[in-house]
Amino acid sequence: MKLPSSMNHGTALLWKRRALSSLSTTRRGLPKPKMSDNGTTSRGKVLTIDNMNPTVKKVEYAVRGPIVQRAVELEKELSEGMKKPFAEVIKANIGDAQAMGQQPITFFRQVLALCSYPELLSDSMFPEDAKSRACRILNSCGGNSMGAYSASQGIDSVRQDVARFIERRDGGVPCDPDNVYLTTGASDGIVTMLKLLVCGEGATRTGVMISIPQYPLYSAALAELGAVQINYYLNEEKCWSLDIGELQRSLDEARLHCNPRALCIINPGNPTGQVQSRECIEDVIRFAAKERLFLMADEVYQDNVYAEGCQFHSFKKVLFEMGPEYSETVELASFHSTSKCYMGECGFRGGYMEIINMDNDVKDQLTKLLSVRLCSPVPGQALMDLVVNPPQPGEPSYERFIKERTATLSALAEKARLTEQVLNTVEGIRCNPVQGAMYSFPRITIPEKAIQEAKKLGQQPDMFYCMKMLEETGICLVPGSGFGQREGTYHFRMTILPPTDKLKILLNNVKEFHQRFTQQYS
Amino acid sequence: MFATVGERAVRGVTVQHLNMWWFTYSSGLRKSYREVIDVSWGDPHRAGVKPLSFVRQVLAACLYSELMDGDKLMVDVKQRAQRLLGTCAGGSVGSYCATAGIPQTLQSVSQYIMRRDGGVPCHPENIYISPGSQWALTNILKVLVNSEASPRTGVLIPVPCHSTTIISLTTLGAVAVPYYLREERGWALEMEELQRALDSAKGVCNPVALYMINPGNPAGYVQSRKSIQEVIRFAAEKKLFLLADEVFQDCVYGKESEFVSYKRALAEIGAPLSDSVELASFHTASKGLMGECGLRTGYVELVNLDPAVMKHINNLFSTNSCPILGQIALDVMVNPPQPGDPSYPLYLKVRHFYLPASLAQNVRRVEEVINSFPDFSCQPLEGGAFAFPRLFLPPKAIERAKEAGLQPDTFYCLRLLEEAGVLFSPGTEYGQKEGTYHIRFCIMTPSDTMEEILRRLSAFHEQFMKEFS
Repeated sequence: MKLPSSMNHGTALLWKRRALSSLSTTRRGLPKPKMSDNGTTSRGKVLTIDNMNPTVKKVEYAVRGPIVQRAVELEKELSEGMKKPFAEVIKANIGDAQAMGQQPITFFRQVLALCSYPELLSDSMFPEDAKSRACRILNSCGGNSMGAYSASQGIDSVRQDVARFIERRDGGVPCDPDNVYLTTGASDGIVTMLKLLVCGEGATRTGVMISIPQYPLYSAALAELGAVQINYYLNEEKCWSLDIGELQRSLDEARLHCNPRALCIINPGNPTGQVQSRECIEDVIRFAAKERLFLMADEVYQDNVYAEGCQFHSFKKVLFEMGPEYSETVELASFHSTSKCYMGECGFRGGYMEIINMDNDVKDQLTKLLSVRLCSPVPGQALMDLVVNPPQPGEPSYERFIKERTATLSALAEKARLTEQVLNTVEGIRCNPVQGAMYSFPRITIPEKAIQEAKKLGQQPDMFYCMKMLEETGICLVPGSGFGQREGTYHFRMTILPPTDKLKILLNNVKEFHQRFTQQYS
Repeated sequence: MFATVGERAVRGVTVQHLNMWWFTYSSGLRKSYREVIDVSWGDPHRAGVKPLSFVRQVLAACLYSELMDGDKLMVDVKQRAQRLLGTCAGGSVGSYCATAGIPQTLQSVSQYIMRRDGGVPCHPENIYISPGSQWALTNILKVLVNSEASPRTGVLIPVPCHSTTIISLTTLGAVAVPYYLREERGWALEMEELQRALDSAKGVCNPVALYMINPGNPAGYVQSRKSIQEVIRFAAEKKLFLLADEVFQDCVYGKESEFVSYKRALAEIGAPLSDSVELASFHTASKGLMGECGLRTGYVELVNLDPAVMKHINNLFSTNSCPILGQIALDVMVNPPQPGDPSYPLYLKVRHFYLPASLAQNVRRVEEVINSFPDFSCQPLEGGAFAFPRLFLPPKAIERAKEAGLQPDTFYCLRLLEEAGVLFSPGTEYGQKEGTYHIRFCIMTPSDTMEEILRRLSAFHEQFMKEFS
């Protein structure tokens, strides 16, 4: 990079380092930053690092962070014919099932195609139930088109269908459609709820409890909102279980410097995959009631339960079964999505949240907040309608639907078992059972020499490990430091999503890399 | 003037209240109409305009690739669907995409922008596709607005203004600093007024950005090149970040009007301003003649931003990406069928003849009808999706409204809904000069729908004015 001769040496070094520290060639901002007279780029700008919103600077999202940017660069280099020790980059960093080859549910795609281009309703290639479903959805859309805005809260008939689904799922516990909000993925609902909850300053600043390890959307949102993140540690030795004693410890400590208002749980867990027992959920509800905390239950993996003896229990159901003392007082928001489970339709940005016991004035504010993005994508709302209202026995598409769903979920279960099994054969890798969700989050032993090397480079040791793995094997994982972990421990998160035969190869490559790495830095 | 901005009703709540009021009230009423015509949104499909066939066929093929077997779809539809599926991870519209959007779509968008701006360079790395343009605007505002600062961050906004932007600003803790467009001069932006607005912020907030809407919403103006360049120089001099909301850039119909992008005008001014003035411009797949609002797809192009700040902007966008179907529609928008393509004749007919002719007809009729009333006036409609005529309400009507606890234009709209079955939105929602009243309605409807709207509006207006004379 050629620097103008008019620049003094110190400034030149600063500028060069700043440019190089950007994370990738593709996202460094302008390809040739323009220079003002005094030779630096940011002087003279209205919007600079120094005057921009300080909380935004703290936002990081490891799932799409530096390692992924490097993976994209490597893909580009491969496609340009550069020689690498691997034939392809495998993106095992993100829970994107269809990117890894999982097939969508035929019925869903048929209905959505019909909704997109209703002229196809006269085509015999589509089954009758798909057609009638498409008509029903289109009749609920403005101008009978998915291209019209919907009401901010979501299409009425879809919210009603979601409410009925929740009632069926929860053994008859009533659900009011007015408490259902259709969102742009579950993320939109989560971030909006956090925004509603966060207020105060200094010692009264809102604190939000989140598990460590956690899905970094939460830490990113809390950072951006300037909220206090209150960490409670899951117990790795006990299969990432949640311990009320730990919740209490973390809360009591937090009360000294902030105002804790909310408790976030991800069940089944991400990245850890643990499925909470019913008893544990009751304990959490009692804790939230006692400590007056707003409960946020992220349940997007509710169909992804694999382990024997594990079962998904919705927070809502358990809450209501605990009787009016809790069901009429505890404030709860639960989140679901079209991105995970057996659907894997991440690209539709479909989701919903159900809000229980929220104050009406706050609900008005929630409506206002949601109205800023007008409405969530209508195809995603249509898809959610199908997810909560799938083909029924006797309908033409039923057999195929059940077959596809079962195949997908059992493949995931198989891959979960395989992953745990193979990783546990590696010395220095310890993988808890993958009870649910889509990830393994094994603990890795990193040799001291490697830790020192990482420190020299200013990297977290597990980032150093994962970067090396990426460069040597083409496998892209996310280091545990992106999710949070106990001091002195290291992990990585790897999805279980690649097709089984590819997964086997992947796991083997991870094994071999780990052995080489350990050897190299011993 | 700050008070006017603060009292603005929230879009969703206003329409909700109007609807609820209507549904409870109307059950026993004998109606002179069979159905409500809702033109309170900038939503062509809701108003009855049909989607463009080509884009919908491509979407269907991308969703359900079995459609590509046989002869159901034209060759160019199949080719486009295949190409676009090839740009999706795993060849599926159900996968996530990269943070800023599908790389090939970003490339297409940047080429579209270059063509639009007569060759001014556009780099894909400066573009972020998001679930709607307001989403992108909110993200940029998040970077600009320092909620911990004292004095608070201010953003200059036009009056009248898109109501969603106001809510966005206030929820981020920013102060909206209004500058009034001059209605009598076709909603012109006067530089003295911009200066006055800026001066008014002294001691109240720290203005960092200037937000413009061109073509306008709700007012139907198209800014001249000269005006745009004046604004750019003003922003450069006063050190303001430019936010150019240009979502209606494809809806220009005024005979003397031409859309010039802020980016192009900036480039034409030349160095040093063209290398330094920071600009974010917003566009969408929701407006224009495709009108795919429900797909939720828009984008922002960032010009001359500090690279270090860009890195943080990237992080902000990384936590929620744009729906894939919307990006496919966007690709069609920036890369429509070309002469020689099998789908071109139909596309040409609808996109370049039927829709523009229909819109031109609507514009002519709206101006004609509204301006024929002595107490109703409409500035020349040059662009955008709406008419925003001014109502000269008699004192008795204003009094009655006050008794009902309503803004006078809200009262008018409620009565219009009840008695004529037409849903407009009141000027109160967008801001207006104290003591003036307006209504907004979408003009991107089929022509016969617009005739029906104007017929009902005229009959109602005469009756209403007589009642309160």
